Amino acid sequence: MLAGLAGAVIAFAPLPVRVAPPTQRTFRVEASQFAYSPAVLMVDPGDTVTIELVSTDVVHGLYVDGYGVSVTADPGQTARLTFTADRSGSFRFRCNVTCGALHPFMIGKLQVGSITLLWRAIGLTVLAALVAIILFPLPANVKAA
Amino acid sequence: MRSELTRFPIVKSLLKNRWLQLLVFFVILAGFLFAILSGFAGTPVGNNNFSIVFVWIAWWAILILIAVPFFGRGWCAVCPIPLPGEWLQRGAVLEPPARKPHWLDLRWPNRLRNIWLQNLTFTLVALFSSVILTTPKVTAVVLAAMLFLAAGMSIVFERRTFCRYLCPVGGFIGLYAQVAPLELRVKDKRACAACKDKPCYNGSQVGYGCPWDVFPGGLTKNTYCGLCMECLRTCPYDNIAINTRPFAADLAKPSTRMDETFKAFIMLGAAMIYAGVLIGPWGALKLAAYSVGTVAWLGYAAAFLSLIFGILPAFFTLGVKIAQRFSRSSAPQHLVAKFATSLVPLGLMFWITFSLSFVLTNASYILIALSDPFGWGWDLFGTAGVAWQPYLTALLVPVQALTLVGGLLWSARTAQKVGAEVKASPIPVIVFCTLATLAMLGLLL
Repeated sequence: MLAGLAGAVIAFAPLPVRVAPPTQRTFRVEASQFAYSPAVLMVDPGDTVTIELVSTDVVHGLYVDGYGVSVTADPGQTARLTFTADRSGSFRFRCNVTCGALHPFMIGKLQVGSITLLWRAIGLTVLAALVAIILFPLPANVKAA
Repeated sequence: MRSELTRFPIVKSLLKNRWLQLLVFFVILAGFLFAILSGFAGTPVGNNNFSIVFVWIAWWAILILIAVPFFGRGWCAVCPIPLPGEWLQRGAVLEPPARKPHWLDLRWPNRLRNIWLQNLTFTLVALFSSVILTTPKVTAVVLAAMLFLAAGMSIVFERRTFCRYLCPVGGFIGLYAQVAPLELRVKDKRACAACKDKPCYNGSQVGYGCPWDVFPGGLTKNTYCGLCMECLRTCPYDNIAINTRPFAADLAKPSTRMDETFKAFIMLGAAMIYAGVLIGPWGALKLAAYSVGTVAWLGYAAAFLSLIFGILPAFFTLGVKIAQRFSRSSAPQHLVAKFATSLVPLGLMFWITFSLSFVLTNASYILIALSDPFGWGWDLFGTAGVAWQPYLTALLVPVQALTLVGGLLWSARTAQKVGAEVKASPIPVIVFCTLATLAMLGLLL
């Protein structure tokens, strides 16, 4: 019961949020087989994000999971994608134009706000381990390690 | 908690029916051969080629998300790879023929009657997986090689030697089949002990001896039963049952075999490496894994092998040694093997979370490849022009997090049960599983 309550608190309790005024953020992202550079973009919730996608070899795309927005860049050309980062969390972005063998695995990461979900997941993991250790009895003839 | 499905005449009749099984075999064998053909003849672009899309997205999703967790070796029951060889070996497609063909029919060497070779073949496939998963011709070569190797082994050795001792997929299916809520067991072991001819193992006029070289009367876990249903057909005492049961019932009987222990390490480590290399944002890692033969690939291979054969086993053994200090327990090797049982649910959950990532984001390629399997511009079912679209990505991360936490709880509970049996503290093993889960969370989220 207590463990369930603790789990619910870890999973759903509001965490302190650093409130920053929304701002305009522009990233120049180079795409080449099969990586983005930079591969991790970090913004605050509410920011207006512009990604300037530059392809250095073949045609590449950039699709942002969770936002459903995308852009395509021809080799040597710069393509722009602008959207408002109004959902917090960690989102993968990935190439949506077949670009070669490892195309399905050409992936980057957009971090909007703090990595709340990861912290919650870590909290639940540690809680699960503690529950297993504390609540499940040890064999009677075994000392606690 | 067990419920016999074969008590229903319709279920039993369907499971014993060779024609129905043959129909399923033909459909899947046709798909398998088509995958080889499209791999060789179709476009080299993996995500537009039937071989890559149907083997590594559709089949893999069905295998790891449904077949293994719910049906154990259910896939082995319909796998097309051993079929041509088995038909040759038997000299028949359906019932046993009046005269058996004269093949060598050798026994597999005693020293190799374990899954070390399967550990090796899986590791080899895993080392080259970035190429195999993405290059249609290489996938076709691998599939064809498995088909020919299985056929070759069937005419040299008895039974399904390839499936039992060499198949790279069969090893981990067997490991994780232990969690499935389905089993084939005998109803009354005394009937088996009293049975003189043992037709379930030796065969009879109505069916073949167990292709998996298993005596059903001695079955205590799912690992090596291929669910081929031959014993259901041959048992003269109606003593074979297919049962539903609680999940992970087999884990109550921890293994003492080091080959199975290392299978658990290999699978756990491979899932973590794939999560980092394929799903992570590190392009240099992807290129290293893909550039076979280069210095970067050698570094990747060395890191891969170090993790699965060195780092994970070393830390796990250290944990077990700590546990052993506080116990009056059996031999250390058996303790490591028994506690490694707790890695089975953890590893399965790791594979499920990893697979969800790429299956949900690439599933839309299935519709495209269905209409245009060779990538030649066909549009057989009007779905060739469907735009690529990832599915359920908003749900993906929370589901992955909960699956991993659930896997940890499951493995911790398993470790507790093993600890109670071997009279040793499971805490170090739980700590190991927790650290592995945290690492996987960091890689996936």
